[in-house]
Amino acid sequence: MSSAPVFLAGASGAEGVVASLSVRDVTVAYPSGVTALLDATFELGAGTICGLVGVNGSGKSTLFKAIMGFVTPSRGQVRICGLSVNQALKRCCVAYVPQSEEVDWNFPVLVEDVVMMGRYGHMNFLRIPTAKDKEKVTESLERVNMLRFRHHQIGELSGGQKKRVFLARALAQEAPVILLDEPFTGVDVKTETAIIELLRQLRASGHLMLVSTHNLGSVPDFCDQVVLLNRTVLASGPTATTFTPQNLERAFGGVLRSFRIEGGDLHDDHDARSVTVLTDDERPVVYYGEGGPEEEPLRRTDKGA
Amino acid sequence: MQELIAPFLYDYMLKAMFVSALVGAVCAFLSAFLMLKGWSLMGDALGHAVVPGVAGAYLLQLPYAAGAFISGMLAALGMALVKQRTRLREDAVIGLVFTTFFAAGLLLASIYPTSVSIQTIVLGNILGISDEDVIQVIIIAAVSLTILIAKWRDLVVVFFDETHARTVGINAFALKIVFFTLLAACTVAALQTVGACLVIAMVVTPGATAYLLTDRFGRLIILSVLIGAGTSFFGAYISYFLDGATGGVIVTLQTLLFLAAFYLAPKHGVLAGRRRQSSASSEGAIP
Repeated sequence: MSSAPVFLAGASGAEGVVASLSVRDVTVAYPSGVTALLDATFELGAGTICGLVGVNGSGKSTLFKAIMGFVTPSRGQVRICGLSVNQALKRCCVAYVPQSEEVDWNFPVLVEDVVMMGRYGHMNFLRIPTAKDKEKVTESLERVNMLRFRHHQIGELSGGQKKRVFLARALAQEAPVILLDEPFTGVDVKTETAIIELLRQLRASGHLMLVSTHNLGSVPDFCDQVVLLNRTVLASGPTATTFTPQNLERAFGGVLRSFRIEGGDLHDDHDARSVTVLTDDERPVVYYGEGGPEEEPLRRTDKGA
Repeated sequence: MQELIAPFLYDYMLKAMFVSALVGAVCAFLSAFLMLKGWSLMGDALGHAVVPGVAGAYLLQLPYAAGAFISGMLAALGMALVKQRTRLREDAVIGLVFTTFFAAGLLLASIYPTSVSIQTIVLGNILGISDEDVIQVIIIAAVSLTILIAKWRDLVVVFFDETHARTVGINAFALKIVFFTLLAACTVAALQTVGACLVIAMVVTPGATAYLLTDRFGRLIILSVLIGAGTSFFGAYISYFLDGATGGVIVTLQTLLFLAAFYLAPKHGVLAGRRRQSSASSEGAIP
């Protein structure tokens, strides 16, 4: 998966770039004296969907801000596609899909206007769209199945549709690295499945996606890498070995609800089977295990649905 | 009929109508952005904060725009400083700083009476505007319009989604500085037409009216500019017959248009809302 080709020929900004994200010893302290992030370190390569998991206030949004250059780390450095943050932003290497609460839905823009904003990095000084820009907008809207809503004002859409519009903007931007902030909040299951399918397609074409989520249950579904955050990176690596109950308990502390039912709790004869359910009040993650929770967590596809 | 074209026969009226229209147009362009961010009161604050600069400039015989601009910038800096160093909320900070500046201006103008009266500053005096002032206003308006026409798409992105603006290589901070500089400059220009007290209407009402009429930003700007320029032009024209304060007439016209949009707007108006409600309930009544 890490042998992804040179990124998307034809993307004028990010042409010839291979997606990668390197966060090394990043420490961010705010003027108030709060250290939001301490020595955070992880590396991600092309063709990756990485889940960013942690409690509120664990530094997820600070990490996003550091990656997009909104805050300058007091120590350590972030490199995107081998470039410094500012160079990477200038070359359109990063797209951001915001949380719904961050957007002013009454803003007088249509769906297609929002997606066109993704093209700005590819345009000239006056930002007058070319035929190619318009084509990309149509193509991106089609890909998220929102083309027939292109002339709607953004506030008229449902939660899932709103999310798709911003995904389309990221597609139109043609950035190798995409940051998604809580993409599944306020979204129905059908849209969630569609979003995950889209992310998988993007992974196959060499994109790198960092997805912050509370939705623990869906992490094993679509993330091949996980970063567990609590002021610092507690653990990072492949989902199968990193997204374990032990690591989750470290990341969430007392916030996480945990249920564990073993064979012995239900009947007297020996039974090594067990079920562990971890949740922070969104979709729980469920581990089925024999002789301990080192097993792979349950995937949604296993539920036989 | 002869009566109606009378204002066009006087140089001072022609000057007043065209300068007003120009200022109205630029302020309206800015209003399309300002009212979307909850920053409308900044227009009011700047309008008042430039008063000591104007009084001081007349006193020292400098171009009034320079004085106004400097004191506007000082006020903006003052607000930023107080906001950063205290726990006060933004509205309190704005209220504190701009009244301080306004008071200083009144004091200055009353202690050292100059060629400019307090009444002129507060109420505007477009009918008696001097040629030098006309030139200053035209320069401000022309430069502002050029920058806005070139950069409005970037400004939309910055106002809509600053994070995204960054990811497409737009310097959001620099653009915001440019925007507020233009706002300060245009409130200075508007001082001449409607006066310090009514500047706020010029940078809020046209945009607010247009907002009720469209969901597209490009159209919003065009409508807003048409409203701003039209009301300012006809406001000056009508004030010839009413012998009333030009600023009052302009802002009254703007308010009338706003009320019309408020009731009649095809999608966001009160009547449209009622129609939707009644059609929804009659549909619901069908068994």
